[in-house]
Amino acid sequence: MRPNSNTAVHFFLNHEKKTSLFRLWSNQFLTVLCVLFSLFTLVPLFSLLYLLIKKGLPLLHFSVFTKLPPPPGLHGGGFGNAIVGTITMVGIATLLSAPLGILGAIYISEYAPHSSLTATVRFIAKLLTGIPSIICGAFAFALVVLHTGEFSALAGGVALSILMLPTILLTSEQALIGVPSSYRDASYGLGATPFQTIWCIVLPEALPAMMMGMMLAVARAAGETAPVLFTALFSQQWASSIMEPTASLSVLIYNFSALPYHYQVQMAWTASLVLVAMVTGINILAQLLFRRKFQ
Amino acid sequence: MSVPAFIPQNRYRPRRDYFRSLCWIAAVMIILLLGFIIDEIFTRALPAIHHYGWHFLTSSEWRPNRDLYGVLPMLFGTAVSSFLALLLALPLGLAVALFLSENFLPRPMRQLMRMIVEMLAATPSVVYGLWGIFTLVPLVQHYGGIVAHHWGWIPFLHGPAYGNSLFTASLVLALMVLPTITAISRAALVAIPDTFREGAYALGATRWETIIRVLLPYAAPGIVAASILAFGRAMGETMAVAMLIGNSQRLTLSLFSPSNTLSALLANQFSEAEGLQINALMYAALILIMLTLGTNIIGELVLRRTQKALGGGHCL
Repeated sequence: MRPNSNTAVHFFLNHEKKTSLFRLWSNQFLTVLCVLFSLFTLVPLFSLLYLLIKKGLPLLHFSVFTKLPPPPGLHGGGFGNAIVGTITMVGIATLLSAPLGILGAIYISEYAPHSSLTATVRFIAKLLTGIPSIICGAFAFALVVLHTGEFSALAGGVALSILMLPTILLTSEQALIGVPSSYRDASYGLGATPFQTIWCIVLPEALPAMMMGMMLAVARAAGETAPVLFTALFSQQWASSIMEPTASLSVLIYNFSALPYHYQVQMAWTASLVLVAMVTGINILAQLLFRRKFQ
Repeated sequence: MSVPAFIPQNRYRPRRDYFRSLCWIAAVMIILLLGFIIDEIFTRALPAIHHYGWHFLTSSEWRPNRDLYGVLPMLFGTAVSSFLALLLALPLGLAVALFLSENFLPRPMRQLMRMIVEMLAATPSVVYGLWGIFTLVPLVQHYGGIVAHHWGWIPFLHGPAYGNSLFTASLVLALMVLPTITAISRAALVAIPDTFREGAYALGATRWETIIRVLLPYAAPGIVAASILAFGRAMGETMAVAMLIGNSQRLTLSLFSPSNTLSALLANQFSEAEGLQINALMYAALILIMLTLGTNIIGELVLRRTQKALGGGHCL
């Protein structure tokens, strides 16, 4: 073996002797393979969209947004309470996680960008994003449900807030980093305190990107089932307080998909269509409203 | 020139910055949160840990009516479904990542493809489950039956084939971790300086010789990190798996038979659990959180090393 015979350069020099036809064909072959693989990943998505529209659309009337879910075996009704429940729980989760996430982001990007505390917060936040959503549910179950003795929207909100917190923190940090440091320098140069600089200069500038991150977190939380499955449970009725079992769109899909009644399964598809439309809508809205200002 | 209104006109007095303290508290709370989650679950699991000890991991009996709990079948199901999902998703995810990072297609087409992958990532898990019930379950039942009939002598492939099986769950998991693999691998590929590509082309390499001999080895640590993180995600994924895996509490070694995972077990039993069953489920949750945390820590560390090697780039 010659020295360095494994490097790329020697490979190409040795390869020169092989027939160029083989090299050409293998190149073409791999390109085709790569394109086929890529196109193959589109098949499930298009199949999903097709089924959502085909099976979800027939039952989609205005009344599904206002009526209560039908009892098993019966026809009619909708999932108004589930939509309200999802919005309530995501709202609670946002109220709990947004202040913490944004203040934390301000600390790690404005006050102490290079401290070891900051490195730890960042690492923990990355690990929190990787925590399975069902664990958030188990945590909220232990913390809220076992203490209050009741499945509730509050417990669901707590579970979802754990899920949203790291996303809000990390996107807010990126938003703050995106503000040019010359803004801060100018503000300090004019004699502003750190608080004035952050509150009057940096935050207004970072706000659009922060809002975008928050909306992405909201969209993700709205689609989650596992955290609310055994914290908020489900309910056939309109919720009158946040301390009682509450319906959500995702749990409705899960429950109805397992029922042996055709109508309920149809309704699960309609709920899926509404849920996917909601999630995609929030995502697109976030991009449209805030992306241009972000760049 | 006037001074902006928010700046005090009087002499600057250094004061205690209460806002800074508030932010500091928020930052520390985020760190404590992870410990708090583990502690809360650990406390609730403690009676079961005392009662069953390590036997919990090696027993394959899960009978709530007789207070017998063991998670060996779920551990097996979690490991096999996640590994199989990774095996299926890695070639596809890598192909899409190459597709998106190299100039096979004009930029607008790549943007479109990227949007589609992002949509795959944004689709709720429960919707994948519903889709799987209608498409994957019949497919696996039909073709799994054929495979089990002809190649049943191969280990893990023996029949009878069910629609709700370990393999069905692996298929949907593969689809769900694909965006993770694509995003991180693509970031690793994009971070490679163009001079590498130009250098290889100048030496007479074809496009694929460049990719295989130059780009992939260079991006390998990033791809490894992507795989590890995707594996962690697959282990924790719940709803779609709970809807498709069949939720059998028995240990079976065939890919085409119903099985269970830790997360699906939690999803199915928590809402109706009582007494010691709650503690046993918390024990299972503790095992799951330890497995995913361990995987994610390794993945993050590999990713961090990769970014350092590439000069502290902006991966993701």
